[in-house]
Amino acid sequence: MEKPEFVYVTYISSSPEKVWKALIDAEMTTKYWQHLNVSDWKPGSRWEHRSADKDATLRLVGKIVESSPPRRLVLTWAFPADEKREEKHSRVTFVIEEVSGVVRLTVTHDRLEPGSEMLRGITDGWPKVLSSLKSLLEVGRPLPKLW
Amino acid sequence: MDVDKVFKALADSTRRRLLDSLRAQGGQTLGELCASLDMTRQAVSQHLGRLEDANLVATTRRGREKLHYLNPVPIHEIHARWIEKFERQHLDALRELKRSAEGERHGKA
Repeated sequence: MEKPEFVYVTYISSSPEKVWKALIDAEMTTKYWQHLNVSDWKPGSRWEHRSADKDATLRLVGKIVESSPPRRLVLTWAFPADEKREEKHSRVTFVIEEVSGVVRLTVTHDRLEPGSEMLRGITDGWPKVLSSLKSLLEVGRPLPKLW
Repeated sequence: MDVDKVFKALADSTRRRLLDSLRAQGGQTLGELCASLDMTRQAVSQHLGRLEDANLVATTRRGREKLHYLNPVPIHEIHARWIEKFERQHLDALRELKRSAEGERHGKA
């Protein structure tokens, strides 16, 4: 078994269903991520991550590897230029669990290329995205401009 | 997030060294952390427990091994609470100035 590069955990006072929806709903992701996550979220389908401005620039693409709502979502994760080169795809696993009345969301990001632009981007990105998601679900307000 | 737990966990130089070690190399086992910090298993295990309890360390299992990762999310929440986005570049500039002025003596406390 390989060793993941990053494991991020946040505890959110919410329900697994709401956290799941927040990960896959374009309108919700626009609020806290300032990007739209778009897919039908079925295993084998494509997903897209687009900027939430009028250009809707495609920033990331990948495939749905596993989808078990509202517990577990596994995606591949790549720059659009690398969409056809699967060896360049990294992998993201979201696990949603209930722990003493709150939701524990664990994000594992692995298969990253050492020293890559993707590696640098996500190191800065995930803590922001997760803090903003938590704030939106708990207080109804995301963090201001992340990027 | 329990902010008190985060600050208490950070108020110890050994625990900060553990976080430094995990930042440099994520996914270390208890054995690897003991070796890199030259500490006993029991001491490292206790400190890791405090860090995990404060959600500053996240863990995952690989077979029988438990791998440890720095989880910066609670620190980001503290950052977001008191630091506005527009202040960040000024603070980065100040940090660079301090680093170059202090040269080699700039260390981890």
